[in-house]
Amino acid sequence: MIGSAHLAGVVGARLVAASGITIPHIDYTAILPELILLGGMLLLLAAAALSPRPLPTEAYATATVGLATASLVTSLVLWRDVTDRGPLTTVAHSIDVDGFALFFLVTISCILVVAPMLGAGYLRRERISGPEYYVLALISGSGAMFMASANDLVLVFLGLEILSIPLYVLAGLDHRREASGEAAMKYFVLGAFSSAIFVYGIALTYGATGSTNLAEIGAFLARNVVTSDGVLIGGLGLLLVGFAFKVAAVPFHMWTPDVYQGAPTPATGFMAAMAKAGGFAALLRVFVSTFPSLRSSWQPVVFVLAALTLLVGAVVAVVQSDVKRMLSYSSINHAGFVLLGLQAATARGVAGSLYYVFTYGLVVLGSFAVVSLVGGSGEDRHDLARFRGLGRRQPVIATAFAVLLLAQAGAPFTTGFFAKLYVVEAAAAAHSYLLAAIAMGSAAIAAFFYLRVVFLMFSDAGAAAPAGEGATARAVEAARPAGIEPAGAAGGSWVPEPSGAVATMVAPVTRSAAADARSVSSGVVALDVSGEPPVATSPWILAGLGICVAVTVVFGVWPQPLVEFAHQATLLF
Amino acid sequence: MSAPAVLAAATIPDAVTFALAAVICVVGALGVVLMRNPVHSALALVMTLFGVAVLFVEQDAQFLAAVQVIVYTGAIVVLFLFVIMLLGVDRRERVLADTFRGQRVVALVLGLMVLAEVVLLARTRWTTGAHSVAGPLDGPGSNVAKLGRSIFTTYLIPFEVTSALLVVAVVGAVVLARRPGLGEPSGEAPDEADGASPVGPGASGPGAEAADAEAADAAGAGTAESTAGAGAAAGAGAAVTR
Repeated sequence: MIGSAHLAGVVGARLVAASGITIPHIDYTAILPELILLGGMLLLLAAAALSPRPLPTEAYATATVGLATASLVTSLVLWRDVTDRGPLTTVAHSIDVDGFALFFLVTISCILVVAPMLGAGYLRRERISGPEYYVLALISGSGAMFMASANDLVLVFLGLEILSIPLYVLAGLDHRREASGEAAMKYFVLGAFSSAIFVYGIALTYGATGSTNLAEIGAFLARNVVTSDGVLIGGLGLLLVGFAFKVAAVPFHMWTPDVYQGAPTPATGFMAAMAKAGGFAALLRVFVSTFPSLRSSWQPVVFVLAALTLLVGAVVAVVQSDVKRMLSYSSINHAGFVLLGLQAATARGVAGSLYYVFTYGLVVLGSFAVVSLVGGSGEDRHDLARFRGLGRRQPVIATAFAVLLLAQAGAPFTTGFFAKLYVVEAAAAAHSYLLAAIAMGSAAIAAFFYLRVVFLMFSDAGAAAPAGEGATARAVEAARPAGIEPAGAAGGSWVPEPSGAVATMVAPVTRSAAADARSVSSGVVALDVSGEPPVATSPWILAGLGICVAVTVVFGVWPQPLVEFAHQATLLF
Repeated sequence: MSAPAVLAAATIPDAVTFALAAVICVVGALGVVLMRNPVHSALALVMTLFGVAVLFVEQDAQFLAAVQVIVYTGAIVVLFLFVIMLLGVDRRERVLADTFRGQRVVALVLGLMVLAEVVLLARTRWTTGAHSVAGPLDGPGSNVAKLGRSIFTTYLIPFEVTSALLVVAVVGAVVLARRPGLGEPSGEAPDEADGASPVGPGASGPGAEAADAEAADAAGAGTAESTAGAGAAAGAGAAVTR
C-alpha cells in the first residue's frame, strides 16, 4: 500500500484545472502515523461525548495503547519502505519521511504505548476521570511527530505548539492540588514566551534566506556565502533559544523543576519524554541538516549550552530532597548529554543523540511512574525518606526503580550506559575533549544521587527503627486521616488505599459489604506484611513498568539492533 | 530603499492619504495616553489601528489591512474593553503616579533606543535571501490571491495542521475551565466518590481494626483480578450500589 503510493509520485503534483492552482500531491501513507493519532484522538473524544455512561479510564487507556501500537506498526512499515527505496518527501516538500523522522516516530509511538499504561492507575486513584489525559497525550504525540518529520520551519513551529499546549494542560490536570494549576500557569506563560521567541527566529531566518523550507534554506546557504549575516545569525540564535527552552537546557531551564514537581506525576514523565523527543528531533534536524555551513557560529554556543546544562543539572540535583525535583534536575542533565551529540554535529553524534532520546524516554516514563506509586494519593509526599526500605516493602517496584535509576546513572548492562558512551565518544571523536570531560564529570556527580536513592531503597537501617514501634505507629496512624502514609514501616505496612481502587476491589461483593468498605476507606486501610505489595499497583502499571525495564535491560545487554537503527536513521537523513 | 527615494516616488493622492492616515494614527495614539476614561482610551486605540490599516492599503498590503481591522480592532480592542468593564470602568487610576520607581526614565531610554534601532535598520543594507521583500511580489495577481495560493500550495500542510491546534485549544480550555464537582461527568459512579472521601475521619478502635482487616482481604482479592476485569467490576459494583 505504501509502496504503491510511493511509486505514484514522491513529489507528484496534480493540476486542478478549474482554479488554476496546483494542489500539491499528498501522500497519505507517508503521514499515516500522525493521522492515526489525530483521527483516533477525535474518535476518543466523540466516544466520550456520545457514550451514555461514563467510560472507565482503563477503556480510554486501552484505546490509546491500541492507537499508539497502530502508529508504531505503521512507522515500522514506513521504515522498511524508506530503507528499501530512500526517503519520501510529500505535500510540497513540507514533510520529510526519512530515517531520521521515522526513528523519532517510532520513539514517540513507544512513549505513547507506555504512557497510558503508567497513567491509568494514577488517574483512577486521583479520581481524574474522562478521556482528557489520553486525548491530550495523543495530540501532543502527533505534534511531536510533525516536528520530527517537518521540513518547513512553519510546520516545526506548529508541531511545537501542538506538542506544548497539551503539555501545559496536562500539567494543570489535577484541579484539587494548587501546585498543579501553578505549574500549568508557569509552564504556559514561559512556554508562550519561548514560542514567541521561536517565531521571531523563523521570521529572521526567512528574511535572511528567503524561505521557510529547510531544504531550500540549506540549498540557499550552500549556493551563497552570506557576508553580512547579522539577521541570519540572529534568527538562528532565537531558534536555538526556543528549542533550548523546550528541551530544558540551562539557562532556559528555570521552569523545569517547578513544573515537573507540580504536574501530576505520570504527566510529568510524559512531559519529560515527549517534549525532549519532539524538541530534539526538530533541533537536530534544523541545526545539523539545514545549517551545517554555519557550524562555526552555532557550535560554540551549543558547547556552552551543553556544558552548563550538564553541570547545573547534575550539581543542583544532588541537593534536592524531593524526588520529583531531583528527577527534574536529572532530566536537565540528560538534555545536556543529548546536546553533546548536537555539538559534535557528526553522523556519529546525531546517532548517539537519537539513541539517547529513545532510551531516556522510556526510562524517565518508568521512573516517574514509580514515583507516582510511592507518592501515594494526594501527591504530597515525594521526599527521599519515603523510599527508605522500599526494597523490603515492595521488592518488585523497588527493583524496577533501581534498574531505571541505574540506567539514568549510566551503569553497564543498561541502555543508559551505551547512550552516554555513544554521545561522549562522538564528542571525543569531534575533538570536543573538554566537553567530553565535563560530561564524564557530570555523570559521576549524577551517579551519586541516583545511587543514593537505590541505597535508600535497599537499606535496612531506616526500616528497622519503625519496626519495633509498629504497634504504636499503628495506633497513631489509625487516628490520622487517610492520605498520610507513614514512612518506611516494616512492622506493618500502612497504605491509604485510593478510594477508587477500594471501591473497585469490593465491587463484586454485596451491597452491605460495599457499604462497609466505603466507611472503612475513609480511614486508613492496613495490610498485613506477608510480602503483599501494599502500594496500590495494578497490572497496567506493572505491565508498563515491565516494558520500560525490559527495554532498558534488553537493549542494554544487546544494544546492537537499536544502535543499528539509530545509525541507519542518520544515514537516511 | 532610503527614505527620500520613497517620498519622491509617492504621488500627490498618496501623499494626502498618508498625511491624513498619519494624523489619525498620531491623534489616536495621543488619545490612548491622554484620555482620562479608560473606555475612551480603548476607543482612541481603535482610531489608531484604523489609521494603520489605511497605511497598509496605501502600501498595497490589502490583506494586512483587512487582518488589521478584523484582528486588532475587531478582536483585541473588544478584549481590552471586556477587561476594562470587568475591572470596573469607574475605578480611578492615578495615572500620573509611578507604579514602578523610575519607569518614566526607563520608558524614555528604551523608546529612544528602539527609535535609534529603527533608523539604523532603515539605513543599513542587509545581505539577505533570494527574494526581496521591499519591492512588489513576483508574478501577476493581487496580494490576497497570492496569499491564498501559497496557503493551498506551499503551506498546505501547515494550514491543515492548524486545525489540530484548534482542537487542542478547545480541549484544553474545557479541561482547565471545568471545575471539579460541578456536574462533571465522572468515570466513577457519583455515590462511590461520595463514600470514599479522602479526608474522612480516621478509623480508630478495635471495630475499625476488624473492618480494616476485612477491607484488606477484599483489596487482596481485588488485586488478584486483572485490571480489565476490575474495571468492568467497578461498573457492575456501581450499578449494584445505585
